[in-house]
Amino acid sequence: MADILGAEVDEEGFLVNLGDWTKEIAEQMAKDDDVDLSDEHWDVINFLRDYFEEYQIAPAVRVLTKAIAKRMGKDKGNSKYLYSLFPYGPGKQGCRFAGLPKPTGCI
Amino acid sequence: MAKEFDIPVLPTYLEIPELKEGIMDGEGPFKSAQEFQKPLGFPGEKIDNWQQVAIDKMGELKSKYRSVQVFLDSCVKCGACTDKCHYFLGSSDPKNMPVARQDLFRSVYRRHFTFAGKYFPKLVGAKELDDDMLDDWYNYFHQCSQCRRCSVFCPYGIDTAEISMAAREVLDAVGIGQKYCNQILGKALTIGNNLGLPEPALRDTLLDLEEEIEEETGVAIKYPLDQKGAEILLITPSADFFAEPHIDGLIGYGKVFHQDGVSWTLSSYASEGANFGMFIGSYDIMRKAALRIRKAALDLEVSRVMVGECGHAWRVAYSFWNTLSGVGAGATDEFGQKLQDQLDHRYPQPQHIIEYTHDLIQRGKLTFDKSANDDRTVTFHDSCNVARATNMGGIPGGQFILPRDVIKAVCNNYVDMERSTIKESTFCCGGGGGLLTDDLMEIRTKGAIPRMQALKAVERDNGVNTLTAICAICKSQFSKVLPKFDFDPYMIVSVHQLVSEAIIMDKPQTDTDDATSAETAET
Repeated sequence: MADILGAEVDEEGFLVNLGDWTKEIAEQMAKDDDVDLSDEHWDVINFLRDYFEEYQIAPAVRVLTKAIAKRMGKDKGNSKYLYSLFPYGPGKQGCRFAGLPKPTGCI
Repeated sequence: MAKEFDIPVLPTYLEIPELKEGIMDGEGPFKSAQEFQKPLGFPGEKIDNWQQVAIDKMGELKSKYRSVQVFLDSCVKCGACTDKCHYFLGSSDPKNMPVARQDLFRSVYRRHFTFAGKYFPKLVGAKELDDDMLDDWYNYFHQCSQCRRCSVFCPYGIDTAEISMAAREVLDAVGIGQKYCNQILGKALTIGNNLGLPEPALRDTLLDLEEEIEEETGVAIKYPLDQKGAEILLITPSADFFAEPHIDGLIGYGKVFHQDGVSWTLSSYASEGANFGMFIGSYDIMRKAALRIRKAALDLEVSRVMVGECGHAWRVAYSFWNTLSGVGAGATDEFGQKLQDQLDHRYPQPQHIIEYTHDLIQRGKLTFDKSANDDRTVTFHDSCNVARATNMGGIPGGQFILPRDVIKAVCNNYVDMERSTIKESTFCCGGGGGLLTDDLMEIRTKGAIPRMQALKAVERDNGVNTLTAICAICKSQFSKVLPKFDFDPYMIVSVHQLVSEAIIMDKPQTDTDDATSAETAET
């Protein structure tokens, strides 16, 4: 199995043990994906982590976009903006950086 | 990470491709780890005596499902199916011809279960089940979306999907499962839905949605959860709670229920329409998932069970629920009988949300402002499981007629794609049958080509800018593959999203002062 900074990750680069997450791991994952983590990225990552802590699942796309609209302004509360931050998708790439499991289903 | 591949150029006309042998060879999708295999009762990894176990399992399946044996015995290699599979047309790999895919399984069947194959294997194309063959099974039976288009053209009616399901069941029995399906089934059977949305998250998401719709429309539309004594239990794919564009369809269902004034509920225990037990070919697991719905229906004391926009859910519900779980008719066990007594047989059981909305439209109970959809020219993608395995409305071809009727009732501009690519001949979206996972993006993209080509033609000739579907998998698959072929990823919408945009809601009876003060309080 591969690892990032010593933390085990699965075939798709998601942390195997969610407790292993550190900010450095998020930064390393972003670097590997050619993404520079800005404050906006961290806002999303922190929201994802808080939501997960409460509900044991990533937020629905709509919940996420609404939360972002509240924090960063209405013009940013849409999935296009989130895709500009996370080109591979806020659900998949965002969750991976945030140390959440990959949301899977008919999505 | 998934491997890189070139996005094919969309052809102007769909032609039978020149064969490229081995082009889709590979290791197949990610394999399921022990932690996902064990809870489903499958070995955690490839077992030592896998050959014996696999052959025994084949023997069991051929006796248990007569159809499998008939399909394996009756192929005469006429070739009618060869150019009917979207994965073959899109990938050019001859092993994606339905007959060749079946033959991976059939040749082993012949070797072990037919006289000629046991004694003269070479004469009848019988082959041993060795490691290479098993690898081919895993790879190529995960390049079949079980869409059954090939079976429409087979003069014997051989159903590749059933062979594909049987092969996957054998693979699971020897410890080789697919990560995507088996991980999801684990969540569905413990938490209640494929996504793993626990009750608090589901409740919170629905409350959030209620607030948003009320803000937008001024109408207090409710999304009841676990409401005992409601008339209708809605079983919908969990993607409807979570993903886009699916959730706009859920908004549409809520508006229709609200206008009808019927009481309805979702269940947190059975919060999933999808049933991946079918994809992996396991009757037992399919039944376990279906029994959650029966339990929810009994516990909530509903009198109707309705299915949302999910393709294979409707197949499982329409074709299998009656014997799996007693929704429908024909249940013989105690709980099935109890449910039969509880259900209101004046309505179809189960009923599809499209049948329900269609019926309300027919009876003049809904009014629409069709001009709300005037910016759209719409076409409809028939989802494979709905098109080829079910019916709606109890009339021949109802599964094609009703969704189109609903669309035409709510928008002015509708165009069908080319006849050979719709209705019973519909091309799969490319992501069905347990293939909707990133690690299969290459086959998903290539398999989407026939549908994308037909869509391109109506975009060019008729200005189509909206693609509709009634399947969560189709919607997700399209939103990923559309941009690869220069379409707008947001052009795919739920049928009930169109309904939602055009429906005229009765406003609540409040006087103007109250409305104004409520508005002020909100801002």
